Amino acid sequence: MQGLIDRLTALLNDGTVARVLGWKKGDMPYDPEPAIFNSAEELKDFVYDGFCGANLSKMMIEATKLEGKTAVCLKPCDTYSFNQLIREHRVNRDNAYIIGVGCRGKLDIGKIKKDAKGITEISGTELDGQEKVTIKTIYGDKEINYTDALLGRCHVCKGKEHMIADETWGESKDTADQERFEEVQKLEAMTAEERFEFFKNELSKCIRCNACRNVCPACSCRKCVFDNTKFDAQQKANVDSFEEKMFHIIRAFHVAGRCTDCGECSRVCPEGIPLHLFNRKFIKDIDKYYGEFQAGKDPEAQSPLTDFTFEDIEPGERG
Amino acid sequence: MQRIGVFVCHCGSNIAATVDVKKVVELVRYEPGVVFADDYMYMCSEAGQEKIIEAIKENKLTGLVICSCSPRMHEKTFRACAEKAGLNPYMVEIANIREQCSWIHKDREEATEKAVILARAAIAKVNLNTPLQEGESPVIKRALVIGGGIAGIQTALDIADAGYPVDIVEREPSIGGRMSQFDKTFPTLDCASCILTPKMVEVNQHPNITLYTYSEVEGVSGYVGNFEVQIKKKARSVDMAACTGCGECQAKCPLGKMGKIPSEFDRGLKNRPAIYMPFAQAVPAVPVIDRENCTYFKTGKCGVCAKICPSKAINYEQEDEIVTEKYGAIVVATGFDIINLDKYGEYAYNESPDVITSIELERLMNAAGPTGGHLERMSDHKQPKDIVFIQCVGSRCDDEKGKPYCSKVCCMYTAKHAMLIKDHWPDTNVTVFYIDVRTPGKNFDEFYRRAVEQYHVNYIKGQVGKVIPQPDGSLMVQGVDLLDNKQIMKKTDMVVLAAAIEPNKGVRKIATMLTASIDNNDFLTEAHAKLRPVESPTAGIFLSGMAQGPKDIPETVSQAGAAAVKVVGLLAKDKLKTNPCTAKCDPMFCNGCSTCANVCPYGAITYEDQLVRGPGVNETRRVAIVNIALCQGCGACTTACPSGAMDLQGFSNRQITTEVDAICQ
Amino acid sequence: MSVNENGEFRPLIVAFCCNWCSYAGADLAGSSRLSYPADVKIIRVPCSGRVNPMFILRAFERGADGVIICGCHPGDCHYSTGNYYARRRMTLLFSMLDYIGVENGRTRVEWCSAAEGAKFSKTMNEFCEKIASLGKNVRLGDLRCKD
Repeated sequence: MQGLIDRLTALLNDGTVARVLGWKKGDMPYDPEPAIFNSAEELKDFVYDGFCGANLSKMMIEATKLEGKTAVCLKPCDTYSFNQLIREHRVNRDNAYIIGVGCRGKLDIGKIKKDAKGITEISGTELDGQEKVTIKTIYGDKEINYTDALLGRCHVCKGKEHMIADETWGESKDTADQERFEEVQKLEAMTAEERFEFFKNELSKCIRCNACRNVCPACSCRKCVFDNTKFDAQQKANVDSFEEKMFHIIRAFHVAGRCTDCGECSRVCPEGIPLHLFNRKFIKDIDKYYGEFQAGKDPEAQSPLTDFTFEDIEPGERG
Repeated sequence: MQRIGVFVCHCGSNIAATVDVKKVVELVRYEPGVVFADDYMYMCSEAGQEKIIEAIKENKLTGLVICSCSPRMHEKTFRACAEKAGLNPYMVEIANIREQCSWIHKDREEATEKAVILARAAIAKVNLNTPLQEGESPVIKRALVIGGGIAGIQTALDIADAGYPVDIVEREPSIGGRMSQFDKTFPTLDCASCILTPKMVEVNQHPNITLYTYSEVEGVSGYVGNFEVQIKKKARSVDMAACTGCGECQAKCPLGKMGKIPSEFDRGLKNRPAIYMPFAQAVPAVPVIDRENCTYFKTGKCGVCAKICPSKAINYEQEDEIVTEKYGAIVVATGFDIINLDKYGEYAYNESPDVITSIELERLMNAAGPTGGHLERMSDHKQPKDIVFIQCVGSRCDDEKGKPYCSKVCCMYTAKHAMLIKDHWPDTNVTVFYIDVRTPGKNFDEFYRRAVEQYHVNYIKGQVGKVIPQPDGSLMVQGVDLLDNKQIMKKTDMVVLAAAIEPNKGVRKIATMLTASIDNNDFLTEAHAKLRPVESPTAGIFLSGMAQGPKDIPETVSQAGAAAVKVVGLLAKDKLKTNPCTAKCDPMFCNGCSTCANVCPYGAITYEDQLVRGPGVNETRRVAIVNIALCQGCGACTTACPSGAMDLQGFSNRQITTEVDAICQ
Repeated sequence: MSVNENGEFRPLIVAFCCNWCSYAGADLAGSSRLSYPADVKIIRVPCSGRVNPMFILRAFERGADGVIICGCHPGDCHYSTGNYYARRRMTLLFSMLDYIGVENGRTRVEWCSAAEGAKFSKTMNEFCEKIASLGKNVRLGDLRCKD
């Protein structure tokens, strides 16, 4: 991690960048916060470890509007989102200096907390850290395997290559060990009643905190459709409103074809709703019916929902 | 809040017999925004419109809902009426309670309930209407006619005589179309070429007409008054300016003597050289090299035509050329051909050369045809003593094998063929197997009766099951006589099939380019079957000839004139009113993401860096700008826009949502 | 509204019809007096590509039991490409609705030209029958489904 900080310091000092967008220590050892560092001095709070799951590309929308370049630390999965944002003219590529940081998977504090309460310190989660992670709690110390506590999305890792970077730092690891659409397929195999029950249970936990929308890089509309008076969908205070009831399916549809499957939505949901199941279903359908498509891989590729062929499948057919 | 007036039309008994119109008025009177509600017998009548105008003025109405027939009937009428009263014409909505309610439901209560719901939806929509202003667009005073047959020729002549420049694009090397292949035409039995060729010459010489022969339409963009068309001029391999039409090349072409290439003009009954003019009176009188069959293009050897051409007009290096031209109106006159008879093996068309189609018979009887006008069997070149005509081959068919429609012209042309044969060779036995004889035109029935009464053509009502070629070279026709109720086994020398007509291949591609409606039989659809038969629903596109439906030459020429008049009516305008129901982008919401431009079929959306100021916002943003001259109001951008920044005036998101709410409440 | 005096379930069906083909087809069904149930209410849109999935979800949320979208045959769109995008959008939307457990058959897309009045009437009759057999829509009312 020191190597990364040194590199960032150098970039600030020689004037290549005016600021750095990265993470700083948070209140808890497992809760680093995205932050802007304007000077080498401030970088002493910089941290990059196994809990830096946040996708910083969305913050570049505002950051690249500022004077001078902003250096940003993007993990391989984050770079897809950044490409997507470039494609949609939301970020100014010229004002971005991308450090493609290495990643060996990021940790899910929810999984860790299941067995460890009262955590005081967690060590060994740096990029070049051990296979085992040491957790110090007020009840004693524990050790767990790094790979046993990964975020759900790391199990379907898209690969260790950065899709876009001005320079890279650190070795990445492809942590995929599951079929990408396994969960979706499991659901598809259930009966309609079973599926309905499943989603009913999951979605009834939703408190409309909008964290999923706020963190999603594809949900980067200046003014969200759910805040738009033109659809009569902006009735947040009204519990009976259309918007409340249909939020998840509408949001998933709006990002369909643009969602890079970065997994942030599921990571930030305070209720632990597996939101990625909606997005991945759309991705699976798009791959099946319209050819394999990974949003953010190729900035020139036409999004499948703004494209068509004469032989497209008819709605309702299962192909 | 709007002040909306609601009128419910009885439409005589069309609506009132099923829908309780008085009840509808009572139930909508208290809808939000409604200040006036009334019913009347015929809203579209002069008296009805007067009532509307009066109501608008007296009640200071800001919006109008008419519950009546389909908006496709009278939206224009009621908009014009509102305008007369000083109300913006786009503050009018129609609830369709006739075609989509009273005419299809039988239960009075159900129909009335539905009428009220539809009225409510229209009222909810009008509450959100905004007064829209029509824009203006210029009209390019030039017309394009696609197809150079009699329909295209007549349309072009009429437009050109009215003083407007017109281009004809014809894919064959010569204009003339199907009619140039005919021998005589009914009901007057005058020679087809004699009446057609003067028109072909007139077209060629007319100062207002430009001919693009051996050319095809490659692409069309734009809209009524402003079409941009790419025309591909296929390479003839002959310099049109230098060629004198002497015909030496086709006389000397080695492939001409070898007889390997079937002549399309002579329907394969004769062969032609590789360099050829399709027929003697071709316009333009310039030959074309069939590069697929020409020895020079296949092997690099020969080149005889280039050597002997006295005007040095042969140019093997000539390439296809794309010409781009702008037009105000386009006429589709792409014509027809007969169906492929592969599915009609029972008639032995592919087995015996003596089973021919009517159009092949035209070529045989034509003095300029493959046999010099001698009627002979193609197998042994003997003159047939007995001929059988079979009608309705592939027409009026209720299964997938043939066409469902009646081809209209076959009864007449078969009577013509029968009479001409009997006239030339009176001792020939001629029989016609028919289902019905359809002769509805002027002097048509008299024509057919002459065939029966004067020329003793034997008409048998009954179909033919099979034609069996016999070992002695004759044909056995197995048919039935329904009036005498008996089976017939008839030995004959020649069988002529009246095959169904179908629109020319390639018309679907053209219809797609023009976004002109086309039906399942490949006929172009007219805007209204009775009242607008020569216009496509797509503004600026007109229909002429067989491309729109089966018809004979008199009807074709009439329709061609009608299409021409519509074109001239359009070109005579200096400006056209444009549809104001266009898309609009709200810069406060726009991300500049380009999704909308990716789905716009007209290229109407561009992007601009604009200073956007609003609550909490003061920055320069990339926003979408809609060109209202190009926007046709389809709404594709509106649906694709993720943030809802793009909206379609006249069918806005809120308007449709409120209609949904009104229906589902 | 959904249950008439005889106690029969009358479905509420919203049909989005494009102005150029399917709405004209509906008018032709009307002038040919080819009936279909009064449960069907048609909303006119300029093109099937104008139909935003949010309208469909809204219709269900407000009480519709079935939604059908009618447009021009692919290749014949009056605006050349609108129905192609509609086709893709609806394919994904219907697949998603099926995935969350909404009964297959509550939604449908039908391509109907201006000359196909009989087809329009037949389609509406079939669709009404199907929705009547599926019964009232309870699943796609509230996706948070708080009981």
